Amino acid sequence: MIDKRVRMVADALADVPDGACILLGGFGAVGQADALIDGLIEQGATNLTVVANNAGSGRTGLARLLELGRVRRMICSFPRSPGSSVFEELYRAGRIELEIVPQGTLAERLRAAGAGVPAFYTPTGVGTLLAEGKEVREIDGRPYLLEKALHGDVALIEGWRADRWGNLTYRESARNFNPVMAMAGKLTIAQAQHIVELGELDPEAIVTSGVFVDRIVHVPYATAAAAA
Amino acid sequence: MVQTATEQGWKPRNRSQIASRVARDIPEGWVVNLGIGIPTLVADQVPEEREVIFQSENGVIGFGPAPAADAVNPWLINAGKQPVTLRKGGAYIHHADSFAMIRGGHLDLCVLGAFEVAENGDIANWAVSATDTAPAVGGAMDLAVGARRLWVAMEHTTREGRPRLVKRCSYPLTAAAAVSRIYTNLAVIDVTPEGFRVVDMVDGLSFEALQAMTEAPLRQG
Repeated sequence: MIDKRVRMVADALADVPDGACILLGGFGAVGQADALIDGLIEQGATNLTVVANNAGSGRTGLARLLELGRVRRMICSFPRSPGSSVFEELYRAGRIELEIVPQGTLAERLRAAGAGVPAFYTPTGVGTLLAEGKEVREIDGRPYLLEKALHGDVALIEGWRADRWGNLTYRESARNFNPVMAMAGKLTIAQAQHIVELGELDPEAIVTSGVFVDRIVHVPYATAAAAA
Repeated sequence: MVQTATEQGWKPRNRSQIASRVARDIPEGWVVNLGIGIPTLVADQVPEEREVIFQSENGVIGFGPAPAADAVNPWLINAGKQPVTLRKGGAYIHHADSFAMIRGGHLDLCVLGAFEVAENGDIANWAVSATDTAPAVGGAMDLAVGARRLWVAMEHTTREGRPRLVKRCSYPLTAAAAVSRIYTNLAVIDVTPEGFRVVDMVDGLSFEALQAMTEAPLRQG
Protein backbone atom coordinates (compact mmCIF):
# COMPACT_ATOMS: atom_id res chain seq x y z
CA MET A 1 0.00 0.00 0.00
CA ILE A 2 1.30 3.44 -0.92
CA ASP A 3 0.87 5.72 2.05
CA LYS A 4 2.73 9.05 2.10
CA ARG A 5 1.02 10.32 5.22
CA VAL A 6 3.31 11.27 8.09
CA ARG A 7 1.67 12.00 11.41
CA MET A 8 4.09 14.55 12.86
CA VAL A 9 5.67 17.56 11.19
CA ALA A 10 8.94 16.76 13.00
CA ASP A 11 9.07 13.27 11.45
CA ALA A 12 8.38 14.65 7.97
CA LEU A 13 11.33 17.05 8.26
CA ALA A 14 13.76 14.88 10.26
CA ASP A 15 16.22 14.24 7.40
CA VAL A 16 16.53 17.80 5.99
CA PRO A 17 20.31 18.32 5.91
CA ASP A 18 22.39 21.42 6.58
CA GLY A 19 23.17 23.31 3.39
CA ALA A 20 19.98 22.18 1.65
CA CYS A 21 18.18 24.27 -0.96
CA ILE A 22 14.62 24.67 0.32
CA LEU A 23 11.73 25.67 -1.97
CA LEU A 24 8.93 27.44 -0.09
CA GLY A 25 5.57 27.64 -1.84
CA GLY A 26 3.24 30.56 -1.37
CA PHE A 27 2.80 34.13 -2.50
CA GLY A 28 3.26 36.23 0.59
CA ALA A 29 1.36 34.34 3.29
CA VAL A 30 -1.17 32.75 0.94
CA GLY A 31 -0.35 29.14 0.13
CA GLN A 32 2.70 29.15 2.38
CA ALA A 33 3.29 25.95 4.35
CA ASP A 34 3.47 27.68 7.75
CA ALA A 35 3.45 24.52 9.88
CA LEU A 36 6.31 23.01 7.86
CA ILE A 37 8.34 26.23 8.10
CA ASP A 38 7.82 26.25 11.88
CA GLY A 39 8.90 22.61 11.85
CA LEU A 40 12.06 23.51 9.96
CA ILE A 41 12.83 26.19 12.56
CA GLU A 42 12.52 23.51 15.28
CA GLN A 43 14.45 20.94 13.27
CA GLY A 44 17.60 23.04 13.20
CA ALA A 45 19.01 22.64 9.67
CA THR A 46 21.24 25.59 8.85
CA ASN A 47 23.33 27.16 6.08
CA LEU A 48 20.22 26.91 3.91
CA THR A 49 19.39 28.37 0.53
CA VAL A 50 15.74 29.41 0.45
CA VAL A 51 13.75 29.93 -2.74
CA ALA A 52 10.48 31.80 -2.24
CA ASN A 53 8.68 34.66 -3.95
CA ASN A 54 9.05 36.90 -0.90
CA ALA A 55 11.56 37.13 1.94
CA GLY A 56 9.22 36.82 4.90
CA SER A 57 7.50 39.46 6.99
CA GLY A 58 7.07 40.14 10.68
CA ARG A 59 9.03 37.97 13.11
CA THR A 60 7.55 34.53 12.49
CA GLY A 61 7.83 31.85 9.80
CA LEU A 62 10.44 32.57 7.16
CA ALA A 63 11.38 35.87 8.85
CA ARG A 64 12.15 33.92 12.04
CA LEU A 65 14.26 31.38 10.12
CA LEU A 66 16.21 34.30 8.65
CA GLU A 67 16.53 36.04 12.01
CA LEU A 68 18.03 32.87 13.50
CA GLY A 69 20.82 33.07 10.91
CA ARG A 70 19.92 29.77 9.32
CA VAL A 71 19.71 31.02 5.76
CA ARG A 72 22.87 31.74 3.80
CA ARG A 73 21.24 32.67 0.53
CA MET A 74 17.79 33.88 -0.52
CA ILE A 75 16.51 33.48 -4.08
CA CYS A 76 13.34 35.48 -4.66
CA SER A 77 11.56 38.02 -6.84
CA PHE A 78 10.23 40.47 -4.29
CA PRO A 79 12.12 40.61 -0.98
CA ARG A 80 10.82 44.05 -0.05
CA SER A 81 7.29 44.11 1.30
CA PRO A 82 5.49 45.55 4.32
CA GLY A 83 7.11 43.99 7.39
CA SER A 84 10.15 42.52 5.61
CA SER A 85 12.54 44.33 7.98
CA VAL A 86 14.33 41.16 9.16
CA PHE A 87 15.52 40.37 5.66
CA GLU A 88 16.39 43.98 4.89
CA GLU A 89 18.51 44.32 8.04
CA LEU A 90 20.42 41.10 7.29
CA TYR A 91 20.93 42.15 3.69
CA ARG A 92 22.19 45.62 4.59
CA ALA A 93 24.55 44.08 7.13
CA GLY A 94 25.94 41.72 4.46
CA ARG A 95 24.80 38.68 6.42
CA ILE A 96 22.71 37.13 3.67
CA GLU A 97 23.18 36.68 -0.07
CA LEU A 98 20.36 37.71 -2.39
CA GLU A 99 19.68 36.43 -5.88
CA ILE A 100 16.89 38.50 -7.34
CA VAL A 101 14.95 36.73 -10.09
CA PRO A 102 12.03 38.07 -12.13
CA GLN A 103 8.90 36.32 -10.93
CA GLY A 104 8.10 34.63 -14.24
CA THR A 105 11.70 33.51 -14.65
CA LEU A 106 11.59 32.09 -11.11
CA ALA A 107 8.42 30.12 -11.89
CA GLU A 108 9.82 28.86 -15.19
CA ARG A 109 13.21 27.89 -13.71
CA LEU A 110 11.32 25.76 -11.18
CA ARG A 111 9.04 24.32 -13.85
CA ALA A 112 12.08 23.52 -16.00
CA ALA A 113 13.76 21.73 -13.08
CA GLY A 114 10.71 19.55 -12.57
CA ALA A 115 10.35 18.94 -16.29
CA GLY A 116 13.91 17.82 -17.02
CA VAL A 117 14.77 20.95 -19.00
CA PRO A 118 18.24 22.17 -17.97
CA ALA A 119 17.91 25.74 -19.24
CA PHE A 120 15.76 27.92 -21.48
CA TYR A 121 15.86 31.24 -23.31
CA THR A 122 13.55 34.04 -22.16
CA PRO A 123 13.01 37.64 -23.28
CA THR A 124 12.55 38.73 -19.67
CA GLY A 125 15.38 40.87 -18.29
CA VAL A 126 17.21 41.53 -21.57
CA GLY A 127 19.08 44.85 -21.38
CA THR A 128 18.67 45.13 -17.58
CA LEU A 129 20.96 44.72 -14.57
CA LEU A 130 19.57 41.21 -14.13
CA ALA A 131 21.10 40.18 -17.48
CA GLU A 132 24.64 40.63 -16.16
CA GLY A 133 26.75 37.53 -16.59
CA LYS A 134 24.08 35.69 -18.58
CA GLU A 135 24.38 34.39 -22.11
CA VAL A 136 22.37 36.44 -24.62
CA ARG A 137 21.29 34.78 -27.83
CA GLU A 138 19.38 36.25 -30.73
CA ILE A 139 16.66 33.97 -32.06
CA ASP A 140 14.66 35.15 -35.10
CA GLY A 141 15.90 38.67 -34.55
CA ARG A 142 15.02 39.03 -30.87
CA PRO A 143 17.52 38.77 -27.99
CA TYR A 144 16.94 36.29 -25.16
CA LEU A 145 18.67 35.41 -21.89
CA LEU A 146 19.72 31.89 -21.01
CA GLU A 147 18.25 30.93 -17.63
CA LYS A 148 19.02 27.69 -15.82
CA ALA A 149 16.64 25.27 -14.12
CA LEU A 150 16.34 25.74 -10.36
CA HIS A 151 16.26 22.47 -8.41
CA GLY A 152 15.38 22.15 -4.76
CA ASP A 153 16.62 19.52 -2.33
CA VAL A 154 13.40 19.93 -0.38
CA ALA A 155 10.10 21.58 -1.34
CA LEU A 156 7.72 22.61 1.44
CA ILE A 157 4.28 23.24 -0.02
CA GLU A 158 0.69 23.73 1.03
CA GLY A 159 -2.26 21.90 -0.53
CA TRP A 160 -5.93 22.01 0.35
CA ARG A 161 -7.07 18.39 -0.05
CA ALA A 162 -4.74 15.43 -0.23
CA ASP A 163 -5.01 11.65 -0.34
CA ARG A 164 -2.52 9.02 0.83
CA TRP A 165 -0.95 8.82 -2.65
CA GLY A 166 -0.03 12.50 -2.32
CA ASN A 167 -2.50 13.78 -4.92
CA LEU A 168 -3.29 17.44 -4.21
CA THR A 169 -5.84 20.10 -4.87
CA TYR A 170 -5.35 23.74 -3.92
CA ARG A 171 -7.56 26.51 -2.70
CA GLU A 172 -8.06 29.61 -4.84
CA SER A 173 -4.95 31.79 -5.17
CA ALA A 174 -3.06 29.58 -2.68
CA ARG A 175 -2.09 27.42 -5.67
CA ASN A 176 0.57 29.91 -6.93
CA PHE A 177 4.11 28.45 -6.78
CA ASN A 178 3.11 25.20 -5.02
CA PRO A 179 2.58 22.94 -8.07
CA VAL A 180 5.88 23.89 -9.77
CA MET A 181 7.80 23.62 -6.52
CA ALA A 182 6.27 20.18 -5.92
CA MET A 183 7.78 19.15 -9.26
CA ALA A 184 11.16 20.83 -8.67
CA GLY A 185 11.85 19.34 -5.24
CA LYS A 186 13.91 16.15 -4.86
CA LEU A 187 11.98 15.64 -1.62
CA THR A 188 8.55 17.26 -1.63
CA ILE A 189 6.65 17.59 1.62
CA ALA A 190 3.09 18.92 1.59
CA GLN A 191 0.88 20.07 4.42
CA ALA A 192 -2.81 19.76 3.66
CA GLN A 193 -5.93 21.12 5.30
CA HIS A 194 -7.90 17.91 4.60
CA ILE A 195 -6.82 14.35 4.03
CA VAL A 196 -9.45 12.33 2.21
CA GLU A 197 -9.86 8.67 1.30
CA LEU A 198 -8.14 7.44 -1.85
CA GLY A 199 -10.65 7.88 -4.69
CA GLU A 200 -12.46 10.80 -3.12
CA LEU A 201 -10.57 13.46 -5.07
CA ASP A 202 -12.11 14.03 -8.49
CA PRO A 203 -9.42 12.82 -10.93
CA GLU A 204 -10.33 15.75 -13.21
CA ALA A 205 -9.64 18.21 -10.40
CA ILE A 206 -6.31 16.90 -9.07
CA VAL A 207 -3.74 19.64 -9.79
CA THR A 208 -0.58 17.99 -8.48
CA SER A 209 -0.19 14.29 -9.08
CA GLY A 210 1.00 12.35 -6.08
CA VAL A 211 3.95 11.28 -8.23
CA PHE A 212 5.48 14.68 -7.39
CA VAL A 213 4.81 14.42 -3.64
CA ASP A 214 6.77 12.35 -1.13
CA ARG A 215 5.21 13.13 2.24
CA ILE A 216 1.86 14.50 3.38
CA VAL A 217 1.15 16.02 6.79
CA HIS A 218 -2.39 16.81 7.91
CA VAL A 219 -2.46 20.38 9.23
CA PRO A 220 -6.02 21.65 9.64
CA TYR A 221 -5.83 25.29 10.63
CA ALA A 222 -8.66 27.10 8.88
CA THR A 223 -11.64 28.24 10.91
CA ALA A 224 -14.73 26.08 10.53
CA ALA A 225 -16.38 28.65 8.24
CA ALA A 226 -13.35 29.07 5.99
CA ALA A 227 -12.62 25.34 5.88
CA ALA A 228 -15.99 24.48 4.35
CA MET B 1 9.99 78.24 -12.99
CA VAL B 2 6.86 76.17 -13.53
CA GLN B 3 3.70 77.89 -12.37
CA THR B 4 1.40 75.99 -10.06
CA ALA B 5 -1.92 74.56 -11.11
CA THR B 6 -3.99 77.10 -9.19
CA GLU B 7 -2.19 80.05 -10.77
CA GLN B 8 -2.85 78.60 -14.21
CA GLY B 9 -6.45 77.56 -13.68
CA TRP B 10 -6.01 73.89 -14.52
CA LYS B 11 -6.43 70.95 -12.25
CA PRO B 12 -4.34 67.78 -12.32
CA ARG B 13 -6.15 64.45 -12.39
CA ASN B 14 -6.12 62.65 -9.06
CA ARG B 15 -5.17 58.96 -8.86
CA SER B 16 -8.66 57.62 -9.45
CA GLN B 17 -9.17 60.08 -12.33
CA ILE B 18 -5.97 58.82 -13.96
CA ALA B 19 -7.28 55.27 -13.50
CA SER B 20 -10.64 56.28 -14.97
CA ARG B 21 -8.91 57.82 -18.01
CA VAL B 22 -7.02 54.53 -18.56
CA ALA B 23 -10.22 52.51 -18.16
CA ARG B 24 -11.94 54.54 -20.91
CA ASP B 25 -9.44 53.12 -23.42
CA ILE B 26 -9.85 49.44 -22.49
CA PRO B 27 -12.36 47.73 -24.80
CA GLU B 28 -14.55 44.76 -24.01
CA GLY B 29 -12.83 41.42 -24.38
CA TRP B 30 -9.30 42.44 -23.50
CA VAL B 31 -7.19 40.42 -21.07
CA VAL B 32 -5.45 42.91 -18.80
CA ASN B 33 -2.86 42.79 -16.01
CA LEU B 34 -2.66 45.72 -13.61
CA GLY B 35 0.46 46.62 -11.66
CA ILE B 36 0.65 47.95 -8.12
CA GLY B 37 -0.31 51.59 -7.40
CA ILE B 38 -2.49 53.68 -9.70
CA PRO B 39 -2.92 50.76 -12.17
CA THR B 40 -4.66 48.67 -9.49
CA LEU B 41 -7.42 51.31 -9.36
CA VAL B 42 -8.25 50.77 -13.04
CA ALA B 43 -10.28 47.59 -12.42
CA ASP B 44 -12.88 49.46 -10.39
CA GLN B 45 -13.26 52.05 -13.18
CA VAL B 46 -14.34 49.57 -15.85
CA PRO B 47 -18.13 49.14 -15.75
CA GLU B 48 -19.12 45.57 -14.89
CA GLU B 49 -21.19 45.15 -18.06
CA ARG B 50 -18.06 45.74 -20.16
CA GLU B 51 -16.46 42.30 -19.93
CA VAL B 52 -12.72 42.74 -19.43
CA ILE B 53 -10.70 39.82 -18.00
CA PHE B 54 -8.32 41.05 -15.33
CA GLN B 55 -5.37 38.72 -14.79
CA SER B 56 -3.27 38.76 -11.67
CA GLU B 57 0.17 37.14 -11.93
CA ASN B 58 -0.40 35.00 -8.83
CA GLY B 59 -2.75 32.93 -10.98
CA VAL B 60 -6.13 34.63 -10.63
CA ILE B 61 -7.84 34.97 -14.02
CA GLY B 62 -10.94 37.15 -14.08
CA PHE B 63 -10.83 38.85 -10.70
CA GLY B 64 -13.58 41.22 -9.63
CA PRO B 65 -13.89 44.11 -7.19
CA ALA B 66 -12.59 44.07 -3.62
CA PRO B 67 -14.95 42.22 -1.23
CA ALA B 68 -16.85 43.88 1.62
CA ALA B 69 -14.84 43.89 4.85
CA ASP B 70 -16.94 41.06 6.31
CA ALA B 71 -16.67 38.92 3.17
CA VAL B 72 -12.88 38.77 2.80
CA ASN B 73 -11.58 35.37 1.69
CA PRO B 74 -7.98 35.06 2.95
CA TRP B 75 -7.10 32.60 0.15
CA LEU B 76 -8.04 34.99 -2.62
CA ILE B 77 -5.64 37.88 -3.19
CA ASN B 78 -4.24 39.82 -6.12
CA ALA B 79 -0.57 40.41 -6.95
CA GLY B 80 -0.56 43.40 -4.59
CA LYS B 81 -1.65 40.95 -1.85
CA GLN B 82 -4.99 42.71 -1.42
CA PRO B 83 -8.23 40.71 -1.12
CA VAL B 84 -10.22 40.40 -4.34
CA THR B 85 -13.20 38.41 -5.62
CA LEU B 86 -13.53 36.10 -8.62
CA ARG B 87 -16.00 36.91 -11.39
CA LYS B 88 -18.22 34.28 -13.00
CA GLY B 89 -16.03 32.54 -15.57
CA GLY B 90 -12.89 33.18 -13.53
CA ALA B 91 -10.25 30.53 -12.93
CA TYR B 92 -7.13 29.76 -10.90
CA ILE B 93 -3.87 28.67 -12.50
CA HIS B 94 -0.40 28.08 -11.08
CA HIS B 95 2.49 30.54 -11.31
CA ALA B 96 4.29 28.97 -14.28
CA ASP B 97 1.07 28.90 -16.31
CA SER B 98 0.30 32.45 -15.25
CA PHE B 99 3.64 33.67 -16.56
CA ALA B 100 3.28 31.51 -19.67
CA MET B 101 0.12 33.55 -20.26
CA ILE B 102 2.08 36.76 -19.65
CA ARG B 103 5.33 35.95 -21.49
CA GLY B 104 3.58 34.03 -24.23
CA GLY B 105 1.81 37.12 -25.54
CA HIS B 106 -1.68 36.22 -24.35
CA LEU B 107 -2.36 39.52 -22.56
CA ASP B 108 -3.77 42.38 -24.59
CA LEU B 109 -2.50 44.92 -22.12
CA CYS B 110 -0.44 45.48 -19.02
CA VAL B 111 -0.63 48.74 -17.09
CA LEU B 112 2.32 49.43 -14.79
CA GLY B 113 3.44 52.26 -12.55
CA ALA B 114 6.92 53.68 -13.19
CA PHE B 115 9.63 55.95 -11.87
CA GLU B 116 10.60 57.03 -15.39
CA VAL B 117 9.71 56.42 -19.02
CA ALA B 118 12.11 57.45 -21.79
CA GLU B 119 11.11 58.81 -25.19
CA ASN B 120 12.12 55.50 -26.83
CA GLY B 121 9.75 53.55 -24.54
CA ASP B 122 12.34 52.38 -21.99
CA ILE B 123 10.75 51.88 -18.57
CA ALA B 124 12.36 52.03 -15.11
CA ASN B 125 10.11 50.92 -12.28
CA TRP B 126 11.87 48.43 -10.01
CA ALA B 127 15.06 49.85 -8.47
CA VAL B 128 16.19 53.36 -7.65
CA SER B 129 19.90 52.58 -8.06
CA ALA B 130 22.27 49.81 -9.06
CA THR B 131 23.04 49.38 -5.35
CA ASP B 132 19.46 49.45 -4.07
CA THR B 133 19.28 48.18 -0.48
CA ALA B 134 16.89 45.35 -1.37
CA PRO B 135 15.79 45.53 -4.98
CA ALA B 136 12.41 43.94 -5.65
CA VAL B 137 11.49 43.19 -9.24
CA GLY B 138 8.43 40.95 -8.86
CA GLY B 139 6.75 40.28 -12.20
CA ALA B 140 7.44 43.67 -13.79
CA MET B 141 10.16 42.51 -16.22
CA ASP B 142 8.06 39.59 -17.46
CA LEU B 143 4.97 41.76 -17.88
CA ALA B 144 6.87 44.53 -19.64
CA VAL B 145 8.22 42.22 -22.35
CA GLY B 146 5.30 39.81 -22.54
CA ALA B 147 2.09 41.81 -22.83
CA ARG B 148 1.06 42.91 -26.34
CA ARG B 149 0.78 46.50 -25.10
CA LEU B 150 2.43 48.18 -22.16
CA TRP B 151 0.88 51.35 -20.78
CA VAL B 152 2.19 53.30 -17.82
CA ALA B 153 0.07 55.19 -15.29
CA MET B 154 2.03 57.59 -13.09
CA GLU B 155 2.41 61.18 -11.88
CA HIS B 156 3.90 63.45 -14.54
CA THR B 157 6.70 64.65 -12.22
CA THR B 158 8.24 63.61 -8.92
CA ARG B 159 7.13 65.34 -5.70
CA GLU B 160 10.11 67.64 -6.16
CA GLY B 161 8.92 68.55 -9.65
CA ARG B 162 11.51 66.51 -11.57
CA PRO B 163 10.14 65.18 -14.90
CA ARG B 164 9.42 61.45 -15.12
CA LEU B 165 9.11 61.55 -18.93
CA VAL B 166 12.77 61.72 -19.86
CA LYS B 167 15.22 61.40 -22.74
CA ARG B 168 17.01 58.48 -21.10
CA CYS B 169 16.10 56.70 -17.88
CA SER B 170 18.48 57.42 -15.02
CA TYR B 171 17.23 54.47 -12.94
CA PRO B 172 17.91 50.78 -13.78
CA LEU B 173 15.69 49.59 -16.64
CA THR B 174 12.80 47.17 -16.28
CA ALA B 175 12.62 46.71 -20.05
CA ALA B 176 13.89 48.48 -23.16
CA ALA B 177 11.57 50.11 -25.71
CA ALA B 178 8.48 48.53 -24.19
CA VAL B 179 6.01 51.33 -23.35
CA SER B 180 3.49 52.46 -25.96
CA ARG B 181 1.36 54.93 -23.96
CA ILE B 182 1.61 56.96 -20.73
CA TYR B 183 -1.27 58.26 -18.61
CA THR B 184 -0.28 60.96 -16.12
CA ASN B 185 -2.10 63.40 -13.88
CA LEU B 186 -1.64 65.99 -16.66
CA ALA B 187 -1.86 64.24 -20.01
CA VAL B 188 -2.05 61.12 -22.14
CA ILE B 189 1.07 60.68 -24.23
CA ASP B 190 1.94 58.11 -26.90
CA VAL B 191 5.44 56.76 -27.41
CA THR B 192 6.08 56.85 -31.16
CA PRO B 193 9.18 56.18 -33.30
CA GLU B 194 9.63 59.99 -33.30
CA GLY B 195 9.31 60.28 -29.51
CA PHE B 196 6.51 61.49 -27.22
CA ARG B 197 3.26 62.66 -28.84
CA VAL B 198 0.49 64.30 -26.79
CA VAL B 199 -2.92 62.62 -27.14
CA ASP B 200 -4.79 64.85 -24.69
CA MET B 201 -4.19 67.16 -21.72
CA VAL B 202 -6.25 68.23 -18.72
CA ASP B 203 -8.52 71.21 -19.40
CA GLY B 204 -6.81 74.57 -19.29
CA LEU B 205 -3.23 73.24 -19.43
CA SER B 206 -1.13 74.69 -22.25
CA PHE B 207 1.23 72.63 -24.39
CA GLU B 208 4.09 74.91 -23.30
CA ALA B 209 3.34 74.34 -19.61
CA LEU B 210 3.23 70.56 -20.20
CA GLN B 211 6.52 70.69 -22.10
CA ALA B 212 8.10 72.63 -19.22
CA MET B 213 7.32 69.68 -16.93
CA THR B 214 8.63 67.10 -19.43
CA GLU B 215 12.33 66.51 -20.08
CA ALA B 216 12.07 65.03 -23.57
CA PRO B 217 10.51 67.00 -26.41
CA LEU B 218 6.76 66.59 -26.97
CA ARG B 219 4.93 66.69 -30.27
CA GLN B 220 1.34 67.80 -30.73
CA GLY B 221 -1.44 66.06 -32.62
